[in-house]
Amino acid sequence: MTDAPAKPIENDGVIDCDIHPAIRSFEDLKPYLSKHWWDYYSTYGLRSRQGFVKGTPYPKIAPSAMRRDAWPETGLPGSDLKLMQTQHLDAHNIQLGVLNPLNPSGGDLNVDFSAALCSATNDWLLETFTRKEKRLKASIMVAYEDGASAAAEIHRRAPEKDFVQVLLLSRTSEPLGKRRYWPIFEAASEHNLPVAVHVFGYSGHPATNSGHPSFYLEEGAAHPAGIQASIASLIFEGVFERYPNFRLLVIEAGFAWLPAFSWRLDKLWNRMRGEVPHVKRPPSEYIKERVWITTQPMEESQRPQQVVEIMDYIGWDRLMFASDYPHWDFDDPKFGLPPSLGAEQRAMVRYRNAQALYGL
Amino acid sequence: MPFHVVAQVSDIPVGQRKLVEVKGREVVIFNHEGEFFAILNRCPHQGGRLCDGLLTVAITSSEPGHYEYIPERQVIRCPWHAWEFDIRTGKSWCEPDRVKVRSYKTEVLPGTQLVRGEYTAEIFPVKTEDDYVLIDI
Repeated sequence: MTDAPAKPIENDGVIDCDIHPAIRSFEDLKPYLSKHWWDYYSTYGLRSRQGFVKGTPYPKIAPSAMRRDAWPETGLPGSDLKLMQTQHLDAHNIQLGVLNPLNPSGGDLNVDFSAALCSATNDWLLETFTRKEKRLKASIMVAYEDGASAAAEIHRRAPEKDFVQVLLLSRTSEPLGKRRYWPIFEAASEHNLPVAVHVFGYSGHPATNSGHPSFYLEEGAAHPAGIQASIASLIFEGVFERYPNFRLLVIEAGFAWLPAFSWRLDKLWNRMRGEVPHVKRPPSEYIKERVWITTQPMEESQRPQQVVEIMDYIGWDRLMFASDYPHWDFDDPKFGLPPSLGAEQRAMVRYRNAQALYGL
Repeated sequence: MPFHVVAQVSDIPVGQRKLVEVKGREVVIFNHEGEFFAILNRCPHQGGRLCDGLLTVAITSSEPGHYEYIPERQVIRCPWHAWEFDIRTGKSWCEPDRVKVRSYKTEVLPGTQLVRGEYTAEIFPVKTEDDYVLIDI
């Protein structure tokens, strides 16, 4: 972090807080894996916390959930830096983009293998993207089900300035505030890195708290509830109290639910704070001061002004633009935000809040 | 004349599409079983290029567990957020009155008629032996 004032982003540029790079194939990670782990992968493959060895439980609306116009000549969307530069960074004046790989994730069942994969992915992010394109920064991938190895990876990577945050996926195998995850929060806080939680990943539990839904669109609809459970757990387990420097960024869960959720938490805490005496302040205060949230997938209403009112309630210093490039539910920075935002509000959401959170 | 010659019929085989530019506007021309339809290449939602979308058939259902395709309702699905637009009318499937993409009238004429008439052919020279697709823009 630096105390220098934020640099102006020129020509109405954007900081994109959610870009997904992809490996062309696992061969891309081979140079960064030991012989043991490459042999392990070649022999046994991945062990995700869901029942399908290949593919995901819910078929996506588009192949690999990608924009149909983002496929390079070979490989997956997000695997070709040149296309990412021309189709996204240049075309939308993205002056800074944060890379959040989703595959492999840090959630493999074999935690030692998961740690090796994350470390390899971190090397690959530097070599393939951030060292070739200075507009790109990256998230530190960690095997988040294993606090100790995740913390070790954070300590190892934090000095590298191309990493701006730690990335977890939202569907952890236990609620996020549980003590098994504390080493992650401690290490991130020590290095002044925000912890970003991106929706998805697999916990081994159903996607809703009443069981497995039938449809992909229900999986999408379930993310806000999942994130709410994570935030409630972080607050009530005392993570915000224990780590005063802990900052949370929520990615891709929408945001319109946040005010009602804050009210509910405060109401419950007002009546039952004796159950959690270590939680010193109303939950909404931790949210207002320590939680940031990205815009994509942008909330849409028949009456757009309602969305602006909710943004105003959440706070113009909390919301950060994200595109989700190259996924199908990508938001265009020019057309994704409500047109009625004032210049100051627009600048905050488009880049200033990200500059403040990442200390850029 | 508002009609513009945008393609030779043989340029757009059945089931295919072609992107053309007329008066600074990008327009996608579809050939559905020999009929030509033209819509603006810009999704009214967030601006996705419709020419990169999947051309598919509208699906409907009378009850859970049953589904039916409506073959005459050809829809182009935006490559971004999957908004679907009827290529005949430009109307979206989910909100037909509120969200629609501009559609243009098309016509097919033989080159003999075009060479004689006053039609505008900005893009390429018209030859009498071919048939041409025109759009009203």
